[in-house]
Amino acid sequence: MVDTKVDLCGITLDNPVIAASGTFGYGYEFAELYDINCLGTFSFKGTTLEPRYGNDVPRIAECPSGMLNSVGLQNPGVDAVIAEELPKLRKSFHKPVMANVSGFSTEEYAEVTRRLDESDMSDMIGWFEINISCPNVHGGGMSFGTDPMMAGEVVKAVRKVTEKPLIIKLSPNVTDIVAIAKACEDSGADGVSLINTLMGMRFDLKTGKPLLANITGGLSGPAVLPVALRMVYQVANSVDIPVVGMGGISSADDVLEMMMAGATAVEVGAANLTDPFACRDIITKLPHVMDKYGVKTLRSGI
Amino acid sequence: MKHQLRFTRSRSLCDMIKNVDILKYREADMKQVLLKIIENDRLTASTWLMKLEGDVSAISAPGQFIDIRLDGHFLRRPISVCDLEDGAVTIIYKVLGQGTEEMTSLVPGTTLDVLTGLGNGYDLSIAGDKPLLIGGGVGIPPLYLAAKSLVRSCSDVTVILGFNNAEEMYYVEEFKALGCDVIIATADGSYGTKGFVTDAFDGLTDPDVGFTHFYTCGPGPMLRAVYKKVYEEAGISGQISFEERMGCGFGACMGCSIKTKGGSKRVCKDGPVFRTEEILW
Repeated sequence: MVDTKVDLCGITLDNPVIAASGTFGYGYEFAELYDINCLGTFSFKGTTLEPRYGNDVPRIAECPSGMLNSVGLQNPGVDAVIAEELPKLRKSFHKPVMANVSGFSTEEYAEVTRRLDESDMSDMIGWFEINISCPNVHGGGMSFGTDPMMAGEVVKAVRKVTEKPLIIKLSPNVTDIVAIAKACEDSGADGVSLINTLMGMRFDLKTGKPLLANITGGLSGPAVLPVALRMVYQVANSVDIPVVGMGGISSADDVLEMMMAGATAVEVGAANLTDPFACRDIITKLPHVMDKYGVKTLRSGI
Repeated sequence: MKHQLRFTRSRSLCDMIKNVDILKYREADMKQVLLKIIENDRLTASTWLMKLEGDVSAISAPGQFIDIRLDGHFLRRPISVCDLEDGAVTIIYKVLGQGTEEMTSLVPGTTLDVLTGLGNGYDLSIAGDKPLLIGGGVGIPPLYLAAKSLVRSCSDVTVILGFNNAEEMYYVEEFKALGCDVIIATADGSYGTKGFVTDAFDGLTDPDVGFTHFYTCGPGPMLRAVYKKVYEEAGISGQISFEERMGCGFGACMGCSIKTKGGSKRVCKDGPVFRTEEILW
């Protein structure tokens, strides 16, 4: 009998599989399909202070073994998330959820976090995942995640408004992700999650123009797995806080591999979009794969 | 319990085709199923018909789509339902890129991983007794199942179909066989009215002609022209099926959001069919 439980910043997960932000909405589309309580947890759609429509369409382009997206943080805004989305989620999900927070200024990150933390939905939230790495918005998002000083400032600002664990979601679109991760750790982060999507482009052969209205988008899917493994390995060997590994995971084997790279838990993103049952199936297969490779527990790293 | 519910829904779809009065909009109940190809035939130079056999019970309205996984492609291919029988669904697809090109070489007997019952579909309960259906090119297929359902209860179903030229025409006889009045427009004038579907409207939108509601699907510029002529100018309400590049196809990724009067909506989950009253161009 293998043990799939892991500890993430003081909260026990039944298994290390976390559905990644932006691929799982606020949970209920998937709750219609299967009991999402089988998940370790999920990270809800990136939430900003004001409602956002996001970028113009087309926002999606297919790639070899992956996809580009340039959704651009579409969300109903933090107040609507508290008033509408989370009460709806509460009916179908009974585990601590990861609250994904995005912003365009240090103050916005702190204010969104504060409102969620002080709301009557706060008891649902286990961790905050602070997204300083969205590649699809301008004047915010990723710019905080590409500079160690700015990353540190966001972490310090958010640290002041919540006692809950803070996991900082990092961008791979940097020269030295270790420096960013260390800055987050030094500023009070309880964990880091990586990688967000890699910036990419595709062109329409008929028109010669970019396929995405936003011109660039973020690459995800199996194509990015080796990059993610390398970055998780580098970061996990350089910081003492937990690393949540993500990027192209689409099987239980990938979960194990990501944990071998040093991840404490993993997030599954793009796989949910091509196979709505991906997380459920990965969780079902995980004990068998652990057994196959003689892994008894996932708790202390592999 | 869940199976019972699905059974009820699939029965109600059969009933719907027999008696349109009972059709009400239902939230799609998506299913992931394996469907077997039983036909994959060329209709025109670039248009193909594929018939798939298996559990199609999640499909609950004309205008819904299915999302097909293809080997070697990361994203599924969303394609409208054209026809539905007990245990089989027909789609018509146009070869537009690598994925649809590869679909043409799939042989009967091949099994495909398909998400079924996606999207809201057309609401036929408000068609009235004289609906007008307008389809252009690859947007025509979903109107076939709508017409097939509507002719059961409406005495008078008119269909306007637009093609680039006579060589690209398909399914005209099938619509006629249902008993619809069929009007054809071709862009080059090689068959029917020369021009776009909206050029075939002369007199049709006069109040004394008395169309009660319209249903349309086709290229973006056509949809906008139809909206202007039939809804804005002639004052007839209708339902428009939109197309957009999709990520997931079931409402999770927000890849296909459009702006409407009721805020942003996902083409795949809140649509693809939208009422004229809610559309923003």
